Formats: sequence, structure tokens, C-alpha cells
Amino acid sequence: MNSLSILETEELTYTYSAGTPFEKTAVDHVSLKIEKNAMIGVIGHTGSGKSTLMQHFNGLLRPTSGKVMLDGQDIWADKKKLRDVRFRVGLVFQYPEYQLFEETVYRDIAFGPKNMGLSDAEIKVRIAETAEMIGLSEELLGRSPFALSGGQKRRAAIAGVMAMRPEILILDEPSAGLDPKGREKLLRQICDYQKKTQSTVLLVSHSMEDVAEYTQKLLVMNKGKLFCYDDTPAVFRRTEELCGMGLRIPQIADVMHVLRKKGYDLPQDIYTVEQAKDAVLALMRKGGAVC
Amino acid sequence: MLKDITLGQYFPVESVLHRMDPRFKIVEIMLFIVILFAGDSFWILALGTVFVMLAQRLSNIPMKMIWKSIKPILPILAITAILNLLFIDDGDVLFQWKILKITEGGITTSLFMMIRIVLLIIGSSLLTYTTSPILLTDAIESLLSPLKKIKFPVHEMAMMMSIALRFIPTLLEETDKIMSAQKARGATLDNGKLTERVKALVPILIPLFVSAFRRAEELATAMECRCYRGGDGRTRLRKLKAEARDYIGFAVCMLFLTASVLMNILIK
Repeated sequence: MNSLSILETEELTYTYSAGTPFEKTAVDHVSLKIEKNAMIGVIGHTGSGKSTLMQHFNGLLRPTSGKVMLDGQDIWADKKKLRDVRFRVGLVFQYPEYQLFEETVYRDIAFGPKNMGLSDAEIKVRIAETAEMIGLSEELLGRSPFALSGGQKRRAAIAGVMAMRPEILILDEPSAGLDPKGREKLLRQICDYQKKTQSTVLLVSHSMEDVAEYTQKLLVMNKGKLFCYDDTPAVFRRTEELCGMGLRIPQIADVMHVLRKKGYDLPQDIYTVEQAKDAVLALMRKGGAVC
Repeated sequence: MLKDITLGQYFPVESVLHRMDPRFKIVEIMLFIVILFAGDSFWILALGTVFVMLAQRLSNIPMKMIWKSIKPILPILAITAILNLLFIDDGDVLFQWKILKITEGGITTSLFMMIRIVLLIIGSSLLTYTTSPILLTDAIESLLSPLKKIKFPVHEMAMMMSIALRFIPTLLEETDKIMSAQKARGATLDNGKLTERVKALVPILIPLFVSAFRRAEELATAMECRCYRGGDGRTRLRKLKAEARDYIGFAVCMLFLTASVLMNILIK
């Protein structure tokens, strides 16, 4: 993995409704470096400041204090360039299907690229590519977005941001409310998109299984503070601390933990079902079953 | 942010004014407005100012919030003042330039108007700052209930009002979210020519309407599921009840009313 960082924050702090009874510090002195070409999970309890932090990355919120830097440049240094920042850091909100507005899916996806000032020909190529990556058929592109199914709407909305080819794509719970099969498929497609475009994808999620399976690094927020930002296995090793802040580790890791306690010689750091299957099979082949 | 709009927003702190019966508060504010508009001397305004200051003291609403309620009407204030200044031709001429003439009467009238409007706004925002929208509509329903005799749908009106009020913050939040989502796709909302600005509203308004209709439908279903069928035979969780403080407050208001009527008569 490339260790060059693309996005940095310095002592980033954000306070909502300062000076009223509703005052709340949502992000508290967060400093981190996000690298290029990586799949990063963002986890944290509800209200831990994940979403607020994400909205700073593309300049939708202005920090109360501290800095956000894209390629070493403070994004608030020149307000006119803020719009370019939003093209470089794409943000997909939770339930993005509620932002669809055009007459056809094609035109809705084209909204972002058009704002970038791309030519019609370029837009056409991008939409075709994006639609394929996210699994929208050509026939759907001509339909009204309001006539699609829930999962298709979600894909159309995500495609609208992906088509801008941002260097960093942030997705706030992209799979919320989808059925299990739809979830898996969508996450797999997002993963493929990341590999294909060599960009950075930040995946905000409540599912430990999902982040264990799809991400290499994890950013953990707790009560507005950055708890840690590390490789996924390293984060899950801090089981007790995670549980203490209302999170947990993937279920399969719990199962492995119990098995190890019972005396089975299984390796640490198993966080996905796939890894667990391989480990158990390997153990059985060795004939290492004890009980 | 849009959420910062204070108009009619409840400010939850603990105070006597917050605990008062909303029906009394509404009637008292109406009396206050009548006093303000019936009076035509500065003495009445002084009386009104004392009244408002007293209410502010009792309400625990910080001055900052009061100022926030006046800020949006500053342009209106300025326009009223300027119009009065220029068009009232009464008393000594203090300044003249071609057809523009500023008279003593103009200055007093514009000052008078400005103070009157400011007092009006502070008074009514104190009502909405100290009374939650739900209580407000409950009170309106209760005050209007005599109209039921002439088949006026009081309950339905009150229900519509409370639903509308209930959804203002929700829809504002939703607007905020949609605006952010479209801005994230490079929509520009705050610059460009007028036609461009109007066009830029389309990506905001369409999703907003869609979600408003969706919410309305969901709410209707939810209400039906809980067997809502209008106001007949419906009991209340919170019964409005007048207490000693309400009668005292009312007595104070009547005192102010009498004082202002006396002033009006005496000054004439």
C-alpha cells in the first residue's frame, strides 16, 4: 500500500450551535492522515462524530478550529477553490436516494460531472463506466429515478458521486436498509471500484463484519475524539476497549476466541468468515482437534 | 445553517413565564398589541418597554436571543423609518433639499413607529420562546373552542397547525441535508445570475417535495394505525390548568391596560 497521505486534518474541532443551550462539540481535536489508494472503514457509536467529521473532508462544514488539508493545501485557504475540493473528495450521504431529482437516471448521474464542466462525450463515457461498476443496466439509465426499486435508487445516487471520479470517495453507510444479498453485492462493487480507480474510499459503517471483510484500515471515533486509526486487525485486537465504547468485534472473531479458549490451536487475528474457514480446515487437516 | 432560524422557536429554559398557562399568555400578548397600537404617545411606548423588560426578566431568555429575533426585521424597520421621515409633512421643517423635506413630525413619527414595531416583535417572540409549539396550538384550540358551536372545525385546524409546526424543523433539517448533498455534487447555490439561481433550486425543491409527500403519507398511516378519528371524545395528556401565577400575571396585564387607557385619556 502506498503510504503517501492525501488528506490530513490538524487539531480539527467542530462545535454545533455555539453559545446556545444546544451547544455540542461533535469533533474534538482530531488529527489524522489519510493515505492514497486505500479502503478505510470508519466506525463509532451513534453520535460519535463520524458524519460530522466526514462533512469536513469535502468542506461542507467549516472547522471551528483546526485545519483540513488536501494534498498539503488548507482547503479553506481559498474559498473559490472549495468547489474543486468537492469534486476531488466525493461524499455520499446516508440514504442518498433522497437527493435524486432529475427526469432520468442518466441525467441525475450527469449532474455532478456537468457541474465539473466536462464535455458531453466525456460524461457519456464516465456514466457508462460507472453504471457498469455499480451494476445499473443501460435500460435503467433511461428511466425516471423515482420509478426504481430501493436498491437501484441507492446505486443511482452513489453513481452520481462516483461519476465525478473523486480521488477520495466517502460513503456514509451505503448499505443501510438493504437486504443481506444487496448489501454484500453493493459493498463488493464499491471494493472493486476502489481497486479499479486506485482511489481512497472511506466506508462509514455500523457493521463490524463489513469493515472486517472490506477494509484495510479502520478509523474509530468515540465521543467526538479520534480513538485510533490503524490497520483493521490491529484495531480489532483492542476488543475490550471497543466493547467499552459500544462497539464490538466481528461475530466470527468471538467464535474463534471461544474455540481458542477451549484449546484449539487457531491463529489470532481472524476477523472474517473466509479466514476462519481456511484456518479451521487447515487445523482439521493437521488432525489438531483435541477435545 | 438553516436550523439557526429562530422565528417561532422554543427556547427551553426554566422560568415562570415558561410555566404559565399558554392561553393566558396568548390573551396577554393580544392585549399588549392592542395597547401598543391604540396608544399614540411616547408614554405608552415607555410603558410597553417596561412591560417587555419585566417579561424578559421573568422569562430567563438571554438578551442575545431577543436580539436574534429583531435582526431579521431590521430592513423593514429601516424602510418604515425612511418612508415616514420623507413623507410626513408636519411641524417645523428641519432640512430641505429640492422636493425632499424632513420635518419634526416626520422624525417623531418614524421613531415612534420603530419603537412600536420592535416592542411588538420582542413581545411576540417572548411568547414563542417560552411556549412550545404543541402548547401553543393546544391553547389556540382551547381559546377557539366556542366556535365549535357554529360548526367551525377547531380541532382539525389545531391539529393541522400542530403538524405543520412540528414539521418545520424536520423539513429545515431535510433541506439542509439535501443542500449539502447537492453541494457535494458541485451545485452552486449562492452565486450566479438570478436565472441560474432559480435553476439551482430545482435539485433542492424536487427531493424536498418528494420527501414531504412521503412523510405526509407515512404520518397519515401512522395516525390511522393508532385509531385517530378526529377530536370527538379525544382526551388529553396535558390538561391546561390556570394557577395562581396566571391570575397574577393577568392582573398585572390589566393594570398595564388600565394605565395605558388612563394615559390616553389624560394626554388628550
